[in-house]
Amino acid sequence: MSRLIRMDHTGHTTLAQWSVDDEPSVQAAIEAFRAELDRGYFAVVSQGEGQAEHVRELPVDASLVILRRPIAGG
Amino acid sequence: MDVAGAGGLPELANVYWRPRASELTLTRTGRLWTLSTVAHTVPFLGAAGLLIALNPLTFPVALVALAHAWIIPEVYAARGSNVVRRRGGTHHRGAEIVALGLLGDLIGHVPRELHARTGLVLERGELGVWLVAEAGAVLVRPGARRVHCYCVKATDPKLPASDRIAHLLLALRTDESGFATVANLAFSGARWRLRRRLPKRIRPALDAATVAAAAIR
Repeated sequence: MSRLIRMDHTGHTTLAQWSVDDEPSVQAAIEAFRAELDRGYFAVVSQGEGQAEHVRELPVDASLVILRRPIAGG
Repeated sequence: MDVAGAGGLPELANVYWRPRASELTLTRTGRLWTLSTVAHTVPFLGAAGLLIALNPLTFPVALVALAHAWIIPEVYAARGSNVVRRRGGTHHRGAEIVALGLLGDLIGHVPRELHARTGLVLERGELGVWLVAEAGAVLVRPGARRVHCYCVKATDPKLPASDRIAHLLLALRTDESGFATVANLAFSGARWRLRRRLPKRIRPALDAATVAAAAIR
């Protein structure tokens, strides 16, 4: 089961869970993903230690997709 | 225009005027900081020497000049150390535990243990070894002689501390040079100068990064 989580004030919130062979769950995850991007979140897929990828479409084969807020110089 | 480019940090679009950080720009920046430090301190050292040479009775004034020469680089180093200090805040303990769990999943056992002791996450990169904090990061350059201290943070102030670190860590892993471009440089200078200004609790993290960066050549 893959998960879409958003880092927020609660630590993180699971927004969607899906299986590749369960089309309704994939569609729900894609909609949740797009809604968060519209709210200004960025999506990242961790690819093991030291590597991560910024994604603009939900990678349905990823086990975990993390939504984060933008960063800026302080 | 997609300033970030494929795979780049989207935040680069907000600092489109900055040249992308690289080995070359970091080396050049380090030299400029050294030059600036020399320009700040040498006149005071020269004045102190001249005063003593002209009239030894002026030694109190010469001492003041020497104090200035010593204090100015220390003030810069203190500014650098501030980027890794804990920010505190009023976050819910439960949220921090949840955030800590996610951060722990992102890093290995050794960095996890170091984070528990110091509050910093050690991350090896192409530009050197990073120490990621809640609202800043320190880059220990290969050879471990020079550090760059950056102010950079997640834009949501309500995030628990470990989530703020996770934000920076994921951005760093996505695009290291982009991360160093987006971040604001607070200090560049000798590692030993920064270490003296760090709280004792944090020093083991810098020591660990030093060992890792010294092995890079």
